[in-house]
Amino acid sequence: MQGLVFDIAHMLAGSLVLVSFMQLYQDRLSALLNMFALHALVLALSVAWQAYVQAAPHLYITALIALVFKAIVIPVVLHRIIVRLGIHREIENVVGVGLTMLAGIGLVALAMVVMLRVTPGADPLAREDLAFALSVVLIGLLMMVTRRNAVSQVIGFMSLENGLVLAATGAKGMPLVVEISVAFSILIAFIVIGIFLFRIRERFDTVDISALDRFRGERR
Amino acid sequence: MIFNAVTAVLIIPITAAALLAMLPGYRIGARLNVLATLLTLLAALSLFYDRPQPGPYLLVDDLNVVFIVLTTFVGFTTSVFSASYIGHELESGRLKPSFLRFYHAMYQVLMFAMNLALVANNIGVMWVAIEIATLTTVLMVGIYRTHEALEAAWKYFILGSVGIALALFGTILVYMAALPVFGEGLDAMVWTVLITRAAAFDPALLNVAFVFLLLGYGTKVGLAPLHAWLPDAHAEGPTPISAVLSGLLLNVALYALLRFKMLLAVNPVAIAPGSLMVTMGLISVVFASFMLFRRRDIKRMFAYSSIEHMGIIVFAFGMGGPLANFAGLLHMTMHSLTKSAIFFAVGHIAQVKGTQRIADMGGLTETNPVLGWGLVLGVVAIAGLPPLGIFMSEFLVVTSTFAREPLLAIILVFGILLALAALFLRLNTICFGEPRGPVAKSDASYVPMFAHLALVFMAGIYMPPALVAWFQNVAKLLG
Repeated sequence: MQGLVFDIAHMLAGSLVLVSFMQLYQDRLSALLNMFALHALVLALSVAWQAYVQAAPHLYITALIALVFKAIVIPVVLHRIIVRLGIHREIENVVGVGLTMLAGIGLVALAMVVMLRVTPGADPLAREDLAFALSVVLIGLLMMVTRRNAVSQVIGFMSLENGLVLAATGAKGMPLVVEISVAFSILIAFIVIGIFLFRIRERFDTVDISALDRFRGERR
Repeated sequence: MIFNAVTAVLIIPITAAALLAMLPGYRIGARLNVLATLLTLLAALSLFYDRPQPGPYLLVDDLNVVFIVLTTFVGFTTSVFSASYIGHELESGRLKPSFLRFYHAMYQVLMFAMNLALVANNIGVMWVAIEIATLTTVLMVGIYRTHEALEAAWKYFILGSVGIALALFGTILVYMAALPVFGEGLDAMVWTVLITRAAAFDPALLNVAFVFLLLGYGTKVGLAPLHAWLPDAHAEGPTPISAVLSGLLLNVALYALLRFKMLLAVNPVAIAPGSLMVTMGLISVVFASFMLFRRRDIKRMFAYSSIEHMGIIVFAFGMGGPLANFAGLLHMTMHSLTKSAIFFAVGHIAQVKGTQRIADMGGLTETNPVLGWGLVLGVVAIAGLPPLGIFMSEFLVVTSTFAREPLLAIILVFGILLALAALFLRLNTICFGEPRGPVAKSDASYVPMFAHLALVFMAGIYMPPALVAWFQNVAKLLG
C-alpha cells in the first residue's frame, strides 16, 4: 500500500512538471490557457491525494480552490479577456522553443540536484514533492522571462504559484496552507482584474509589454 | 482575541480602513486618517511599558518594538503631510475625489499590513502580511492612471510577486527543516519556538531556505540586482507613498530577513549568512551611487539613494558583531526618518514647480526659502555629513569594518563618497543659482519635515543613554 501511495503522489507531481513543459512551447494564447487549466487540474488532483494520504481534511479546501478557481474561473475569465482584446491567436517567444526547452531541462536538473542533496533526512514523499515543486517554480520563472505578453506572464506566474502550493502541501502538516492558498488566489484575482481594469490594451494599444517599455525609466 | 496594545496596532488601522472606504469627502477622510495613525502611534508607544506575552501568532520583543514605534511614527507624520499634499493634488486635478477615498482606505490597510508583519510571530503570517503590503502599495503606485504610473505599478507587481513567491518557498523550506525537530503542526512555524531549537535543524536545508528568503525578501528591500521596480514605483506614485515605501516598507522587508538570519546564527553548522548579505549590500551601494549621477527626475534620484542606504544597512548586518549590528539598527532608524523628510520636501517642491524634472528646478532657496533649506538640510543629512544622525551610523559601519576587513571598507567608503558627490551636484542645481521654473508660494505644512530632521539632528549630537542601551541589547540578539 505504501508503495502505491508513493507512486501515485510521484506520478501526479511528475505530471505537473510535464504540463509545465507543455506550457513552454504553446505558441497561441488560448492554447496556453487550456494548458494552464490542465496544470491547475493536475495540481488539484495532487493536493487532493496529499489530503487523503496525510488524512488532512483541510487540504481538500486547497484542492477545491485549485479546481474551481484556477482550473475553471480564471481560465474562463482570461479567455473572455483575450477574445475581447482580440489577441487570442498571437504569442511570440523571445528565445526559440528549442532553447527554452533546453533551459527548462537544465532548470529541472538544477532543482533535483539542489533539493535531493539537501534533504536526505526528510520523508521521501515530501522530498520528491519539494524537488518537483522547485522545478515547477523555476519553469514558471523561465516562462515569465521568455514571454513578452502580459497575459502569458501572468500565466507563468500562476503556474509558478501552483508549484508553491505543491511544495506547501507536500510539507507534511504545514499549518496555514489553506490561508496561504487563499492569499495567493486573492493576489491572482488582483492581477487578472488588474489586466482588465488597467485596460492595458486601451492605454497602450497592445498587451505586448515591450511596447509598454516606451517609457524607459527616465523622463526626457 | 483579548484587546491589548498589540492587537490595537492592528485593529485601529483596519477599522479606520473600513470607515474611510465608506466616508465621502476628502477633508474628513484626511483628518480621520491622521487621527487613526495618531491612535496607532499611541498604542505602539504603550508597548514600551506594557508588553504582552508572545502568543503563537503575535510577538513583541526588544527587536521589533523599535520598528513598530518607528513605523507608526512615520506613518503618523506622513499622514499629516499627505493631508496637505493631497488637497493640492485635488486642486490641480491630478486626482479625483473618488480615488481619494480609496487612497485613504489603502493607506490604513498598508499600515495594518506593515504592523502585522512586524508583530507576527508566525513566519507564515509574516509572509501573508508582506504580501498584503505589496498589493496595497501596487494599487497606490498606479493611482494616477498615467502610462508611466501603470507601467511602474505593473513592473512592481510582477517583480514583487516573484519576490514574495520565492520568499514563500524559503518559508516552506524553513518549516521542512523544523519538521523533524518539532513534528507536525503550528509549533514548527512559530518564530519564538523555532529559535529555541534552531541549532538542531538540518543545516543544508536551512542554507537553501535562506538563499530563497534573501532573494525573495531582498527583492522587496530593493537590493541591487533585484531593485528594478523600486525607482519606478517611487517616482510614479503619490509622494506620501514614496515616503512610506522608502522609509518603512523597505525596513519591514529587511526586518523579516533579520528574523531568519537570527535562526541561522543559532545553528552552528549552517553557512554564515553574512558573506551573502555583505556581497549584495556592497553591490547595491556601489551600483546605486553610480546610478545617482545620471538622474533627471528628483524622486527617482532619491529612490536610488534609498537603494544605496539599504545596501549599507544590509552590509552592516552582514558584517555582524555588536558594533556593526548597532550601526545597522541606527542607520535603519535614521534613514527612515531622513528619507521620509526628504520626500515630504520633494513632494511640495514638485507641486510648486509642477514637474519632477531636476532641470526645471533652480534657486529654490531664493524662491521658497523654507522648502529649499529644508531640502538642503535633508540632503546634508542623507549624504552622511556630521553632525547629523546618519553620519554617526555610517561612521560606525565604516570604522568597525576597517578593523576587520579593510578592503571591504575601502569599497564601501568609495560608494558612500560617490553618492555624496552625486547628491551635492544635483542639490546645487535644485536649490541654488538662478531661479528656474514656475515660482509659486507653497502653503504646505512643514511640521512633519522639520520634526523628522530635528530628530535626526538630535540623534547626531546626543543619543539618550536609554536608547543606546536598547540598541546595544538588540545588536547582541542579532549575533
